[in-house]
Amino acid sequence: MFWASYVLAALAVVLAWPAPIALSRAAWPARAPFTAMVLWQSIALAGGLSMIGALLLWGLEPLGESLTDAVPAFLGVLLRDDSAQELGVVHVFAISAASLLLAHLLFTLALTFMRIRRQRNRHRDMLALLGSPATDQPSTLVIKHPSPVAYCLPGGAHSVTVMSDGLMDLLTRAELDAVLRHENAHLHQRHHLLLWAFAAWRSALPWLPTSRLAQGAVSELIEMLADDEALRRVDESTLVRAIAIVGSGALPDTSADPLDDADGAGTGGARVRAGVSGGGPAESGTTTHRLRRLLTPLRPLNRLQQTAALSVAGLLVVVPPVLLVAPGLIR
Amino acid sequence: MATLGDLERTVMDLLWATPAALTANELRDSIAAAPSGETGRELAVTTVLTVLSRLEKKGLVERERNSRPHRYRSVTSREDHTAELMHEVLVTAPDREAVLARFLGSVSEAEAETLRKLLGRS
Repeated sequence: MFWASYVLAALAVVLAWPAPIALSRAAWPARAPFTAMVLWQSIALAGGLSMIGALLLWGLEPLGESLTDAVPAFLGVLLRDDSAQELGVVHVFAISAASLLLAHLLFTLALTFMRIRRQRNRHRDMLALLGSPATDQPSTLVIKHPSPVAYCLPGGAHSVTVMSDGLMDLLTRAELDAVLRHENAHLHQRHHLLLWAFAAWRSALPWLPTSRLAQGAVSELIEMLADDEALRRVDESTLVRAIAIVGSGALPDTSADPLDDADGAGTGGARVRAGVSGGGPAESGTTTHRLRRLLTPLRPLNRLQQTAALSVAGLLVVVPPVLLVAPGLIR
Repeated sequence: MATLGDLERTVMDLLWATPAALTANELRDSIAAAPSGETGRELAVTTVLTVLSRLEKKGLVERERNSRPHRYRSVTSREDHTAELMHEVLVTAPDREAVLARFLGSVSEAEAETLRKLLGRS
């Protein structure tokens, strides 16, 4: 089983560093955001699987030729106090590391889910008190606030799209429609599940630079996907105008600072300003990228390129499990 | 039949509209006298008290305990709550992105300049 664990370890390293860095620098994802999204998911999934798998195979090696032999033997050691003399300290260490890593990943996923859900519920509670239903749009709330804001809050049947009356004053009906279609695309395509998984991956492995790259890339890709969905119903110039108006109007120095009056001391306003102009390194440039591809539409990838990228994604997910059982099969 | 959520909203609207603190009885009377009347005329004071304690837990309402019956007032104005909520939406934190999806994320100073030029041109 040694060779399989080394192949898995090599795969884990490739998927942890060079592959995500290359993908985050590539230009083609803007031409095929859906394919790129599939590839990111398979990189994350295969990366995690091969990390855990490599440790597990290496640690269990003394107990059997393949996982199918080694796992029952290991369970015997655990449950029936069978002799564990074949296992050295390093092997026990590797098995423990694999179990801990798996538990850590699953636990962080669950924890992130609960944290996100708690924040959403609290936010929805406040919206129920502060927002009023939009007159002609189902599950859309209007909130009284001068800065142009639109967002959606996912939550199954309770999903809502929220827009400020400041936004409604600035945009024409068609532009507003573009914004709402963009937000509805997020809800329909369940983008919040992707954001949840990649946010969890990032907080589980913050020391891995690629978990940050992946989260940044994914949040940019979902915006492109939602833009594409909006373009089925509105034309490009309308969507571009909506983005430009919201983007330039969101800056406090072009509109009245929304929080200065309400906040008294004005500290809240300063914090908003920092948030708007600062931007995380992962997110800076997203708006530019979105606009660029709307203003000069890119040729989508051809069928061959699409198939190639999707095949790589498929292989990535299939290879680690196959490697886990393969040594037993070719014996 | 009005749900507790609807009642919370009605009660908050009343408290936000009056600067003075109100008792649960006064609130019930105001709800019953509301022109729409949809919230149910036969509202029990205990229901209003339930709603008030829920709102208190959420940090929206505070109780004046030195009078009997207790009087309730809103902690801050509706505008302050809205500003706070929008602040939450507008401030970018990496983990916030998973909670809600904004139409437009952070815009850098340079990007905003580009956007303004774009608008001037079109």
